[in-house]
Amino acid sequence: MADGNGRTGLKEAVTGLGDHVRNSQVWTSIFRPGSPMRADGSDSPRNRAYVVMNNVLYHLHPVKVKRHGVKVSYVLCLGGLSFFLFIVLTITGIFLMFYYRPTSPQAYFDIQALATDVAFGQLVRNMHRWGAHLMVLTVFLHMARVFYHGAYKPPREFNWVVGIILLLLTLLLSFTGYLLPWDQLALWAVTVGTNMGGYVPVFGAQVSFALVGGVQITADTLLRWYTLHVLFLPFIITIFMAVHFWRVRKDGGISGPL
Amino acid sequence: MAEIPENIRKRAEEARAKAQGTAVPGAASAAPSPSPAATAVMDGPSRDLDAEAQRFGVPRRLLERGMYARARKDGVPAPALAGAAAPSAATATPSAPAAAPVAAAAGPPPGVRTQRLLTVVKAGAIQGTTKEPTDKVNVWPHLLAIEFVALLAMLAFLTLLSAFVDAPLLEFANFNEQPNPSKAPWYFLGLQELLAYFDPMVAGVIVPGFGLAALAFIPYIDRNPSTRPTDRKLAISIFTVFFMAAAILTIFGSFFRGPGFNFVFPWRDGIFFDDLLAILE
Repeated sequence: MADGNGRTGLKEAVTGLGDHVRNSQVWTSIFRPGSPMRADGSDSPRNRAYVVMNNVLYHLHPVKVKRHGVKVSYVLCLGGLSFFLFIVLTITGIFLMFYYRPTSPQAYFDIQALATDVAFGQLVRNMHRWGAHLMVLTVFLHMARVFYHGAYKPPREFNWVVGIILLLLTLLLSFTGYLLPWDQLALWAVTVGTNMGGYVPVFGAQVSFALVGGVQITADTLLRWYTLHVLFLPFIITIFMAVHFWRVRKDGGISGPL
Repeated sequence: MAEIPENIRKRAEEARAKAQGTAVPGAASAAPSPSPAATAVMDGPSRDLDAEAQRFGVPRRLLERGMYARARKDGVPAPALAGAAAPSAATATPSAPAAAPVAAAAGPPPGVRTQRLLTVVKAGAIQGTTKEPTDKVNVWPHLLAIEFVALLAMLAFLTLLSAFVDAPLLEFANFNEQPNPSKAPWYFLGLQELLAYFDPMVAGVIVPGFGLAALAFIPYIDRNPSTRPTDRKLAISIFTVFFMAAAILTIFGSFFRGPGFNFVFPWRDGIFFDDLLAILE
């Protein structure tokens, strides 16, 4: 009605449609109160709290955090990025599982086929591999950050221990994935790594046997490590991550300031 | 006897005196200084409440009530009041002239309730606040926006890296042909480097085992409660030494070890680190 001729202009029509959709029952049932997606989702202190409380992902966070905690220079986002890389690795990993058989020799040819036969196959495999290296790196750096801030001190002692378990699980996840391409690099890197398990005193031979599923690495090892890599270890690490994040909240949120 | 703060007592006396249109009692009774002879005997047959009130810093009215209450509880006659004038128990005005002298032995007149002062609670919160208010900001938008940017930056970096650099894939796994050198994944190369110096028992079991245990027990070993770097010089030094040692060993094992796990210079002899090689080529 901008030009005053009594007719509805295109802009008004679009806005009206948008308002109509955002006020519909379907829309308001999806987006809980406070969401910026809602027609009534204005910016107010109350709605800022609702954004966090009424979202399944965001409510990992408290409604408010200490001001120094949002400084990038304090946490460097390392813990969050580790978690984000874990999610990226889960998504790309599920993609790869569609094209991968953990048997010899199919495993190797399936990896080769990713580059030639699968749309974005090589890209996703690359993301999975580089993402895994990056995650090991960010987890290590996150640990160093937490140490230098003294963030393991009471009441956060146990969460540090959970963090060390998460570090170990991250290394194991990366290491079990290392074998799966079933090429020379994978086979011999894992051989070198698992040989160390044999030196464990008293039951070293048993550890080695359980790890590789035999006296030496075979195609059976591939299936074993595949199961560990895609199901067992992600299952365990998810539980520990849940405890880790929960304890961050319970132990009083972000540590500091220094 | 509970001690009543001076200011409260003064204020109460002034208020009472004002309500009854009399002079402030302290002004009148403070003039004659209490002589040692006036020491009251609490359980004696006769009591000088004015002297006691001055001596113990308790309003006379309360002393009087307490006296009657005790007498009634014990079933004995209340002690006689000393002094020139025994004021009425009902009005209990310390300095008021005797309006209606009561029989000292009869206790308080009927209908007068006596009360005892149990305690005086000073003004202030009953529950102490243990937490200092802290400066806080809303997670939305202040934290979530930063996290979102960090997430996008990481995703962009990872996607670009993956678009340009392919993950290594060597020949099909061959049990009969060990590549030279054979290296573990990079995060284990520090241990593999140690293996070049020490017995496998030390490098493969003791160092990683005790290393992980020590790492996990840091919060229980380091009992220093301070988080300020200046208070934690020892802890920071020790951690940094071990962290740097691990980093140096890892870098050494990754870059400076070639065929036969012998020492090489990466700039002269090439890089024997397949994942990095993929990135550099």
